[in-house]
Amino acid sequence: MRNVWVIARREYKRFFISPVAYVVAFFFLILLGYWFYSALVEAITYSLYYQAPVPGVEIVIAPMVTLLVFVMPAITMRSISEEIRMGTMELLLTAPVKDWELIVGKWLGAFFFMLSLLAITLIFPIVLNFLVKPGIDKSILITGYLGLVLMVASLTAIGIFISSLFNSQVVVFFISLAIVLVLWFVIRPLAVDASSANSQILTYMNFINHFMSFFRGTIDLSDIVYYLSVTSLALFLGTVSIEIRRRR
Amino acid sequence: MIEVEGLTKDYGPRRAINNLTFKANPGEILGFLGPNGAGKTTTMRILTGFIPPTMGIARVCGFDVIEQSLEVRKRVGYLPETVPLYPDMTVFDYLKYMADLRHIKNADDRVDDVLEIVHMEERANGYISNLSKGLRQRIGLAQALIHEPDVLILDEPTIGLDPAQIREVRTLIREVGKHRTVLLSTHILSEAQQICDRVLIINKGEIVVEDTPERLQASLTGAQRVAVRVQGDGDGLEKLISEISGIGRVSTLHEGSVEVESAPGKDIRPEIARNVIKAGFDLLELRSIDLSLEDIFIQLTREEPETPSTDDSDEVP
Repeated sequence: MRNVWVIARREYKRFFISPVAYVVAFFFLILLGYWFYSALVEAITYSLYYQAPVPGVEIVIAPMVTLLVFVMPAITMRSISEEIRMGTMELLLTAPVKDWELIVGKWLGAFFFMLSLLAITLIFPIVLNFLVKPGIDKSILITGYLGLVLMVASLTAIGIFISSLFNSQVVVFFISLAIVLVLWFVIRPLAVDASSANSQILTYMNFINHFMSFFRGTIDLSDIVYYLSVTSLALFLGTVSIEIRRRR
Repeated sequence: MIEVEGLTKDYGPRRAINNLTFKANPGEILGFLGPNGAGKTTTMRILTGFIPPTMGIARVCGFDVIEQSLEVRKRVGYLPETVPLYPDMTVFDYLKYMADLRHIKNADDRVDDVLEIVHMEERANGYISNLSKGLRQRIGLAQALIHEPDVLILDEPTIGLDPAQIREVRTLIREVGKHRTVLLSTHILSEAQQICDRVLIINKGEIVVEDTPERLQASLTGAQRVAVRVQGDGDGLEKLISEISGIGRVSTLHEGSVEVESAPGKDIRPEIARNVIKAGFDLLELRSIDLSLEDIFIQLTREEPETPSTDDSDEVP
């Protein structure tokens, strides 16, 4: 078990050395900041003319969901594929480290990096809290960020899994992105057309549906289970993928 | 201690190693000699637990490499041929990472110790990307030694090094190999001669021969070989010598230098000397050559040569 933490710690530190991580984080925060700013401007402009609704935490959380879908593959694309390309996989797999420890360690490192990023974004709700009377809805803040944490956990797991399949970072990036977009967008229209049983399954699989309850200020156990299941499944498949690579 | 029985590995239709059986005893340095593609790296990768064999048994320190892979990996120090490293880490951080992965207590001290063993203490805080090939190899070796393994498996440990570095690494290997089992692969044959207690020649996935370098040399040296060197361009030297009775093959190495093989049992040197001087050449050097491991290697691993035609009329190609 200790190996998981050794690997996770090193992965976490490596993100702070890598320029890719900084660039991605920078753009993430810049775009988020821009959206936050324009939403505020819009709200202020409207409030001069109408009894406009007070902007809530949603204006921060909603764009984050969109951005995270693109940030995740960028952050995780090099996790395993880089080790294989550099040849260091040969060191890791001949060290007394179990395959699952490697995958989970890599995932934890990426996950904690993303948590750090999420922690930085808290600055937006805090600012909003002071700009708005009577302050933002704290319950939505808490559930919303919980949903984000779960979403990040599963997105990073998917990214790590795909990274274990291919040697090229670019391929990993696009395929991870494609999978998440399929889970998000493609499934929804399919769910509408299909017969009721299939429709229910597809609706369950939809990535974003499970986020909605968190978005509204509630915590639904089935949604937590969904994200944890996706995470576990992706990590499991990643472990299997490494095992298969050995035998090729 | 390494035991291998009937080890076979197929990559799809290609059989990389076929039915290998050998042993390496504790305290012994065993050399794996073979041309590229012979199966040396494949065998080492199986022994270190990187890939599984298709058939056969491999045991390291009594543990099976498949069933008890983790136990094997704890006891093996491995330096892959590519010497993989993380360029964005410092030397110290990298070795510490490797030490942590192996649960070494007091990892910091151990890293310092191992850096001392490979003489790299001053470069500890430098980035790996700044190291030359030779220094990287030393770090790789440090990584292999860090957990004080019973078994060291080194894939071409001196490749790409300059002569001074090669000598250093060889001395290092001899030193650390005193109390361990070392398996190293090379296709530098003099190296095998210098470092190894025993040598395994492998070709096309099969063991061709296994013995100590001295015995191999002795068993294969049938004929006597002599090197002759004269002043000037040695024009006509080859022809002159080949006409002496009892001489076998004569080949010109370069201007004025000739290698002579004689039938076994006969010391041809006196006769060569007399004939050469009588013909008017200035004899500079006359010495007998031991059959080197290189010659043994080439002899054993080359394809069966075509029987030369005994017809005197040679066609001009």
